Amino acid sequence: MRPACINQVFDLAKRDPRVVYIGSDLSPDLTQRMKKEMPGRAFMEGVSEAHVVGMAAGLAMEGFIPFVHTIATFITRRCYEQVAVDLCLHNLPVRLIGNGGGLVYAPLGPTHLAIEDIAIMRALPNMTVVAVCDADEMIRFMDQTLDWPGPIYIRLAKGFDPIVSRDELGFEIGQAIPMRVAADGTSSALLVSTGVATTRALAAAELLAAKGVECTILHMHTLKPFDTEAILGYARDVPVVVTIEEHTLIGGLGSAVTDALVERCRSRLPLIRRLGIPDVFAVKYGNQDELMAMYGLQPPQIADAVREALKLVSA
Amino acid sequence: MATEPICATLRYQTPPLDERSIYLRRLVVRALEGGGRGHIGSSLSLIEIMRVLYDDILRYRPAEPSWAQRDRCILSKGHGCLAQYAMLADKGFFPLDVLDGFCRYDSILGGHPEAAKVPGIEASTGALGHGLPIGMGRALALRMRGQGARVFVITGDGEINEGSVWEAALSASKHRLSNLVVMIDYNKVQSAGPTAEILDLEPLAEKWCSFGFATTEVDGHDVEALRRLLRHVPLDGDRPTALICHTVKGKGIAFAENDADWHHKSSLKADIIADMYSLLGGR
Repeated sequence: MRPACINQVFDLAKRDPRVVYIGSDLSPDLTQRMKKEMPGRAFMEGVSEAHVVGMAAGLAMEGFIPFVHTIATFITRRCYEQVAVDLCLHNLPVRLIGNGGGLVYAPLGPTHLAIEDIAIMRALPNMTVVAVCDADEMIRFMDQTLDWPGPIYIRLAKGFDPIVSRDELGFEIGQAIPMRVAADGTSSALLVSTGVATTRALAAAELLAAKGVECTILHMHTLKPFDTEAILGYARDVPVVVTIEEHTLIGGLGSAVTDALVERCRSRLPLIRRLGIPDVFAVKYGNQDELMAMYGLQPPQIADAVREALKLVSA
Repeated sequence: MATEPICATLRYQTPPLDERSIYLRRLVVRALEGGGRGHIGSSLSLIEIMRVLYDDILRYRPAEPSWAQRDRCILSKGHGCLAQYAMLADKGFFPLDVLDGFCRYDSILGGHPEAAKVPGIEASTGALGHGLPIGMGRALALRMRGQGARVFVITGDGEINEGSVWEAALSASKHRLSNLVVMIDYNKVQSAGPTAEILDLEPLAEKWCSFGFATTEVDGHDVEALRRLLRHVPLDGDRPTALICHTVKGKGIAFAENDADWHHKSSLKADIIADMYSLLGGR
């Protein structure tokens, strides 16, 4: 996903003279490639996120489309005021590429774990928040960034994640993708996921199907603007909605789904179970998969959570 | 082309304020009266800087605020916006009577300037330390496009406590942005007290020099000195310029001068407004 995203910046820059790249002491390869083929369109800035976001705002005010790239925690936490004021208040077409969203940097510890990036980015007016599930979907998404108004936060996963997205399902920013749809009347639960949690949700659905439990999976690659209609439509006939996200349970996908259902669901509310990261900093290292297991986000654990929720509603 | 930093420590004998400087201060007081509040000291130290920029230096078209060839003037110390509002009104970017609505519910003029609302405002500022990074990006963009327009960023002195200012200074210097000019309104008093006590900036000129800016100092209330200097920017064709403008907080209103209490006032009473006008020769 990361190489796909970075390569796309290169391709978009070749197609559109408005595209420029700013790295904050990251991705020297892309900078070098761009400097070679498109001199003056790539800038390797220092470890100075506050400045880099303001610089990108300045370039965007003059008509450029800057793609700014650094580690997800630093491009969200470190320069939050610059993102809010310089980008969102001015509603500028700057694209923030956050490397290693979620638990990717597990071995590096809590300073590098972007577990609340979605929450804080979606809290900002005018911000668009996208977390695709694999490299193919990244390519489909990046193609649409040229003409999207306003700032976008792009959450990158680890890279070389399994490809689960399908071209035939298409991609539109702001439109959820039903990745697996149970036949009419057979769906026991709706699983809603984002980013690479969708890969785990799909695997969980396979485990459940093997035991005769059919699920529908809605992939929310765009966290904002949020496709409330899709949630309402697919949640209409199921007793259980389970959200799965590699993110704190405060303010992320689960919160957005709950908000949508509580405020807009006209029929009886389904049981909502939110799977994600509890309100703590990680106390372990290891790797992304190990931490996802620690937080109950691996396929067997998701399947168990679905089964428990179904038991609860049938009791 | 100069290769050595231009640093100077000057002694000033500020000439008395002339009628135009007093008139612009009256416009500030007009807005203060309308809003009943405002950053008084922070705006009054800026008047001559803004006056010389708008009267003599900047290229702009009031009827066409987004004219592509205009010089970009970013008031990074957005709390000093009354000085810029007065100038923009004086130049016809909007009618003078708009000043009367300062900070009111339906006004375009808030306590900090917003680019989307006010013709002539280039960036929404007020949160400190944002103007120089933005100005650096704009100066880079203008150079990339081959446009001759320049970028002027006016910062406060308390404002440059912010690390983002120095991050941007390093970068502007690295990119050799000679089309970028930063002017520091060095009135020596920030919100909570003297800069020398809260976070001493000295030696300030040496700091900007060492960050790669062609730097000089000037009396920020001496119109002729400002004019002479600004007509010669960039000071170096290969580097950004920093102008340290020595000013007086609250300049022109004796009871507000050099007093942190007058950084900002709310609930301004009619008698205070009247006192201000009387020091400025009446309404």
